[in-house]
Order: sequence, then C-alpha cells, then structure tokens
Amino acid sequence: MFRRFWPWLWVSLGVLYFFLPIYATFVFSLKAKKGIFSLIAYDKVFADPRFGSSFMFSTQMALLTIFCCMVLLIPTLTVLHLFLRRLRPIVEFMALVPFVIPSVVLVFGYLRVFARPPLSLTNTTLGTYGLLLAGYMVLSMPYMYRSIDAGLRAIDLRTLVEASQSLGAGWLTIFVRVIFPNIRVAVLNGSFVTFAIVIGELTLARFMLGNAVAFAPYLAEIGRARAYEPAAITVLSLLLTWGIVMIMQFLGRNTTATIAGPR
Amino acid sequence: MANGAAQTWWRQIEWRRVGVSLTVAPFLLFAVLFMILPAGSLLIESFRNAQGQWTLANFADMNDPMIIEAYAMSLRISITTAIIGAILGLLVAYAITVGGLPRGIRTAILTFSGVASNFAGVPLAFAFVATLGRTGIVTALLTQLGINLYKNGFNLYSYAGLVLVYVYFQFPLMVLVMTPALDGLRREWREASAILGANTAQYWRHVALPILMPAILAGMVLLFGNAFGAFATAYALTGGTFTMVTNVIAQEMSGDVLHNEALAYALATGMIVIMTITIGTYTLLQRRAERWLRA
Repeated sequence: MFRRFWPWLWVSLGVLYFFLPIYATFVFSLKAKKGIFSLIAYDKVFADPRFGSSFMFSTQMALLTIFCCMVLLIPTLTVLHLFLRRLRPIVEFMALVPFVIPSVVLVFGYLRVFARPPLSLTNTTLGTYGLLLAGYMVLSMPYMYRSIDAGLRAIDLRTLVEASQSLGAGWLTIFVRVIFPNIRVAVLNGSFVTFAIVIGELTLARFMLGNAVAFAPYLAEIGRARAYEPAAITVLSLLLTWGIVMIMQFLGRNTTATIAGPR
Repeated sequence: MANGAAQTWWRQIEWRRVGVSLTVAPFLLFAVLFMILPAGSLLIESFRNAQGQWTLANFADMNDPMIIEAYAMSLRISITTAIIGAILGLLVAYAITVGGLPRGIRTAILTFSGVASNFAGVPLAFAFVATLGRTGIVTALLTQLGINLYKNGFNLYSYAGLVLVYVYFQFPLMVLVMTPALDGLRREWREASAILGANTAQYWRHVALPILMPAILAGMVLLFGNAFGAFATAYALTGGTFTMVTNVIAQEMSGDVLHNEALAYALATGMIVIMTITIGTYTLLQRRAERWLRA
C-alpha cells in the first residue's frame, strides 16, 4: 500500500484543486441571506429574463457553429482523404492558424476589416451575427478539424464511398447517410468542445455585440454588479455544461456500441 | 498505350481534377476571409502610420514603459503558470498511468481534466472570487483558523491571484497531453534497465525522462501559449484593468487609454509573432515526442 502513497497524494492534490473552488462556489451561492442557507440567489438569477435569453442565444450560436463547421469541413476533409492527399498539409496548416491568433487579436482584426467601409458588416444585426458565427467557427476549427480527421482516418473511407457509388448513391446521399453516421462519434467529440467554447466565449461577443446579448458577456456584467448571483450562475453553468457533456458522452457511447455490435 | 486512349484519359482526369479541387475552395475561401485577411490586415497596418505611410515607428513606440510592462506581465504569467501547471499536471498524469491507481480513478481524472481545461473564462473567475475573494469561503475559513490572507499580502485580483486561477485550467491540459506520452513508456524498457542493474531513480534519470522530455517541453510550450492568448479570465477577475498585452489591446478597441490605433496594431502583431513561434515550437517538439509513441 505504501508504494501507492505518492500517486494517491498527487491525485488527491489535483482533485482538491479541481473541486475546492466548485464546492466553495456552491456554498457561497447559498449564502445570499445572512445566517441561513437559501436559494435566493438562484431565484434572482432566474428572475432576470436576460439570463434565459442570453443563454438561449449562445446555445443557438453554438449549435449553428457546430452545424456550419461540419458542412464546411466534412466534404473538404473527405475530398482531401480520397483525392487530394497532396493538399492535406495546407489545410492542416490552416486548421492550426486559429491557435496562432489570440481571440482578442482576432476580433480586433475583424473590427478593422469588416466593421468599416467598404464592408461595414456590423451595421446590420444579421451581418454582426454572421461575423460572430464566422469567428466562432475559426475558434473551434482546430478541434472540429481534428475530430473529423480522426473519424475519417478510422473508417475505410474509399471502400465505403465506392460501395455507395456502385449502389447508385450520389454525393449528398454518401455524405449524409454513409460518411456522417460512420464518423458521428468522432464528430461528437469536437462538437462538445465547440459547444463549450461558444457558450463560454467572452471576447468576440463582448466586442461585437456589447454587454448583454451573449451568455459570457452577460455573466461578466452581472459579476461586476452583484455578489451572490455570479456564484449561482457559475454553479448553474457548470451543471449545464456538465450535463451536456454527459448527454453527449452517453450518445457517443451508445452509437459506439451500435457500431461495434454488427462487427 | 494508343494515342487516342491517352488523349481521352488525359481529358477525363483534367476535368475531374478541376471539379475535385473546387470542393476545397469553400474551405480555403473561408480561411482566407476570416483568418488570413484579419490577421494580415493588422500585420500590414502595424507598418503604417495614421496618414497611411509606411513606417517602423509603431514598433519603436512599443519602447514605452506601459507597453513593456504589459508584455513583461503577460510573459511572466504565461511562463510561471506553464511551469507550475506542467509540474502539477505531470505528477497527476504520472499517478494515473505509471502510478498504478485503479482504472476508475484514471477515467474520473481524465473526465475532470476535460471539463476543467474547458472551465475557463468568466465562470472560473467567479468561482475563485467565491473561494478566495475577500469574502470567499476559503478566505473566511482561514481567517477563522487565524490566517488572514489579505492582511498577509495575498490578493486574488493581482498577479498571485491570476497565477492561481490560470493554473486551474493549465494543469488539467497538461494531464491530457502527458497521459498518452506516459502510456507510451513500455514495460520492456523498465525491465531491460532492471536487468542491466538500474534502480528506479536511474531508470527515470537515464531512460524514462529523456524519452518523455520532448513531450514535457511540448506540453509546457502549449500551456504557455494557452495562457499568453487568454483574456476572458483576467477580464472577469480584474475588469480589464490589469496591465497585460491582451488587456491593452482590448482597451484600445473600447477606445480609451492609448489613443494610438497604429500602436495597437503593432501590439497585436507582436502577439501573433510570439504565438507563431510558440505553436511552431510545439509542433516540432510534438513530432519529436511522437517518435517514441509509434508502435
């Protein structure tokens, strides 16, 4: 047993670092009323309509980002794997570029290029949202790229495509009904990361939309004005993120099981 | 091969090639429009003055106490949290791989690490305010035990506080990066060194660490980049007043402090240069590290 002393110590240290702030935030969120534990802070959070609206906004943006990334990346990567292997390093490099541009710098560049004439995209709501979506796609690009790439590597793409073609399927059918279902688990992985990124993303939303439209800027604003509500929101957002992680993991496992079944 | 056949073959391939290549066009267009163009625009503008003339003056202007302080602080925080995060992450990764803890612990730690490395930004800042802020739970607890953190020079809204908060998302990332590398250490290597008479310390000193070194360095470099580009956590914690490069650029965007847009372009360019070196180094080290991982 003594041989395992150090590993246990390091793991305990890590777990303590991980859970202590979460535990403290939870306790703190219950102390809105002096002397007793109560859920008053949570009531106040839900009473503010901007909480729900900003969360819904960010959720929709996250789902849209995931969808657009898949539409952009799955065909591109499939073609690269099948026909254009020589172009792969270029696209691979492009997918790494977002790591090189910090989000503050990215939004700075966006405002400089797109927010002034001749483009002036940010003059309309739709233009601003479109630009924000593009920014989110850039931020999640490396993760989506990696997970789709891993998915495509893991399947026998050429055989699947040739088999579908010989059965008379067109490319749309091949993508939607053959390739996508086969890489779904791998793509879920990147989708989860993307979801977490977009929900928690402050910088782009803060400088493109101002304070209270998206979730994270709304949180930051609440944090400046209140004491207990931020803690309550932190607990809630952690629960929500964790819940979504669990759902996605559950979905992922299930599909893995069904895929592995027939083999 | 008959000339006619070769002709048709050539024709078919050419058309197919054009069609196939076009399918990559949307991605490249997206990349150019939303990654290359914005970054390139900042890069070009950093070499021009307000009148649109080419100049290096913006970079000369960076020789200003406030700018230097901002860069120094960003570098200091990134390097410190990369080192602390790497050590802690390495120890935890060691514990769940080579350390021989139960399988369940390993799975749990990897899940936590996945969540925690994503639990950054505004909620993380709030969590630490509730924990170690002036009225935080742990602060109050320690005060009851007779340790008054804030009277002893600790301040969550300062350098020390930021380091503590950053390490929260740094060390789980290191766990995630180092676990596959430590898994790659093969039993045979340990057995071979034992047969040759090496003890545990010698095995780590002469076999395991040299093999792991590229992966460890790659992890540290990644953590450095992770912290260097970070903005939201410090913004939520200090309201964007803390002097760091990201904050100075953000303040320029909100339209105060510098009143010198060209200088902000130079600052942004400086960040891109540092991040490019960082990610380049990481990629090289990672490639070196993977040499031992391949079957």
